[in-house]
Amino acid sequence: MIEHDFLSLNNAGCAGMAEIPVVDIHIFRNTVINAVTEGSRILSLFVCPVDRQMRLFAVLGHGGKSRIYIVSSIIGDAYPSLTPACPQAERFEREIAEQWSIRPEGHPWLKPIRFHHFYGGPADVWKHLPADWIPPGVIDGIKVESDEMHEVAVGPVHAGIIEPGHFRFQCHGEHIYHMEICLGYQHRGIEQALVGGPDQRTIGFMETLAGDTSIGHATAGCQMIEALSADNVSARAYALRGIALELERIANHTGDLGALAGDIGYLPVAAGCGRLRGDFLNLTAEICGNRFGRGLVRPGGVAFDLSHKAVTQIVVRLEKTFKQVQSTVSLLWENPSVLARFEETGKITKKLCLDLGLVGPVARAGGVERDSRFEFPTGVYRMAHIPVATCHTGDVMGRAYVRWLEIQRSTAFIRQQLQNLPIAPIRTKTGQLSPNGIAVSVVEGWRGEICHVALTDGQGRFLHYKVVDPSFHNWMGLQMAMRDEQISDFPICNKSFNLSYCGHDL
Amino acid sequence: MMTYWSHQSISPVISAIFLAPLLFGVINWIKAFLSGRRGAPWLQPYFDLWKLMRKSAVYSRTTTWIFRAGPLVGLGAILTAAMIMPMGNIPALVSFPGDFVLFAYLLALGRFFTIIAALDTGSSFQGMGASREAYFSALSEPALLLALTAVARRTGSNSLSGMYEVLSSGSWALVSPAMVLVFIAIFIVFLTENARIPVDDPTTHLELTMIHEVMVLDHGGPDLAFINYGAALKMWILGQLLIGIVNPVHTGIMWLNQTISIVVSLSGPAIAVGLIEFSMARLRLKRVPQLLVAAGIFSVLALIMELR
Repeated sequence: MIEHDFLSLNNAGCAGMAEIPVVDIHIFRNTVINAVTEGSRILSLFVCPVDRQMRLFAVLGHGGKSRIYIVSSIIGDAYPSLTPACPQAERFEREIAEQWSIRPEGHPWLKPIRFHHFYGGPADVWKHLPADWIPPGVIDGIKVESDEMHEVAVGPVHAGIIEPGHFRFQCHGEHIYHMEICLGYQHRGIEQALVGGPDQRTIGFMETLAGDTSIGHATAGCQMIEALSADNVSARAYALRGIALELERIANHTGDLGALAGDIGYLPVAAGCGRLRGDFLNLTAEICGNRFGRGLVRPGGVAFDLSHKAVTQIVVRLEKTFKQVQSTVSLLWENPSVLARFEETGKITKKLCLDLGLVGPVARAGGVERDSRFEFPTGVYRMAHIPVATCHTGDVMGRAYVRWLEIQRSTAFIRQQLQNLPIAPIRTKTGQLSPNGIAVSVVEGWRGEICHVALTDGQGRFLHYKVVDPSFHNWMGLQMAMRDEQISDFPICNKSFNLSYCGHDL
Repeated sequence: MMTYWSHQSISPVISAIFLAPLLFGVINWIKAFLSGRRGAPWLQPYFDLWKLMRKSAVYSRTTTWIFRAGPLVGLGAILTAAMIMPMGNIPALVSFPGDFVLFAYLLALGRFFTIIAALDTGSSFQGMGASREAYFSALSEPALLLALTAVARRTGSNSLSGMYEVLSSGSWALVSPAMVLVFIAIFIVFLTENARIPVDDPTTHLELTMIHEVMVLDHGGPDLAFINYGAALKMWILGQLLIGIVNPVHTGIMWLNQTISIVVSLSGPAIAVGLIEFSMARLRLKRVPQLLVAAGIFSVLALIMELR
């Protein structure tokens, strides 16, 4: 049984490091692969040096049981790769190879992902020395060799105001055989900078892990600190965090629907949603003074309270903005020329979503009921449930429609929360983190599941801090969705995923 | 034949040269108005052209004289075409039997140079745009030529000035199912040639989806001004092809005819394009050929009806 092989935790739960089973790497590999076959998924897979030994940790989540499982193994400079049997480990293993120069033997295609230097000693698995410059985006990619094929390289500098990333398409005319994505241009070394914390800077790093997911990552980070210090957060603070998180979701989904309309040249929705996104952001600013919610979520609660008058105002403005979004977005579903572009474009199957461990609206649009608010509820979501929005089509239409469903459900949730705000202090003082502990914090950001894992040392300081942004799982999904598509449809497929570059690059 | 020469007028080409950029200004204003924005001033395209003319062009080291010749030949071809394009029943500066064939191939010449100038850069984006342009124009060219042939047959004249003189003075007396088909076919060609929705999106920043815009990405300064001005002229003269069919102005007073024609030339295509761009999304690129083949079929049907 799975329970015996793992340390089992609740979301935002904490345990002692000694409780984590340390097993032989072959047992580790089989245990993880079996657990994934039985319905768990990899939330995080990382290496951390513990007592001068390299330890590989697997953090799995089982949605049905609402439990998080951890297992570990001590490894040398190589170990048998999980990827051939468990594709969702692919990017994690490349990350491990890049960070610690540990080779996953049998990994089908070991490429760097962020193009930074190895954390430890001299040469990494690609023989890059510390003095070498590692040119980003230079990889040993797929090349289809034929006179009739052509390669189109896009980025890292794009025509729109977006983050840098490099895309390579292997095309036959307009037809894409394969597309490859190279990221890493935004790598800032946040995980390394968090080691030794928490301190004054920690929350700042959290809020800028991915700038458009400030609330999501800050909530995950604060939940982590509260789990490790066993702090209690008041019901009012939980409710306010939930409201802010859903406002972030609504604002971004509205912006995405507008951007999708813009990419196909459908003017009314592009113009309308672009403006309405700002109205939702202004509601967040109404709470904390910042449109992206910076400064709101703090360890122990939230930094800003809502007066009775502010609550009434927000409810009125939310209703008004929501009605406008409703009338604008409905144009999308009524216009045949829009549906002709959205439907059957960038299709991914449910099996692919499960195999690659995709998360968020992308997975839900593929028919996977995967939502951490429902699977691993914490805070306000333990009391109030938001129905999981799914679609079965797995195409751009599905991803757009899931966003619209979530806008509706999140609006209803915020309305309900604002009308029943519990009366309590908004912030409690946080204590010391428990030494030699491990905690996992999962939050459903607007892009999908955000997972933070932290290990503490003997003094209760972060020994290791691992961040997994939903984009980390989903970039591979975009690559797969583009196969056998038209190259001219790449922009709407890309927009329908709308993944974060800096959240991936960290 | 001599009668055509005696009717020549300078006003169609003069109004094309001076008013064409205004057409873009009106379209952009209509689009902005429909989406609830205030929009740029109507004269913005002129300001932009003036700005570009004062800049210097940057040339990539990989390009040759072809890249520099592209904008010049493109503009030259369109200016020449403007000289044989009448404005309703006001004849063109130059007209001769069969000039509509020259008209179609002047457009093709301009396009050919734009395409090879794009290929000259060696960029994969421009190559994609060039391939799309070549493919789509191969389908729109027969539609245009056959549609004009049907008009020639209907009006019994084989110069553009002659055709449109008969059409306009007829005050819709010549309306026939064939002319309706011709109008639809030319309208589709109009949207394609001018890179408008549903074929192309002139406002997009997404290189991978562009057709026309991506081919001129490497041009700057006066070259870009030539290209943009050429595009405005092209839209103006192709708009004349359409308006000549549906605008039955024949007051008998020359200046009134001209004023009405100019107002209709500015507002007609602008309103049509503005409304289309507001009410529908772009077609998937794979579907564009179907639209163009449909235009070709309409032209063929119109010609068959006229040959009957």
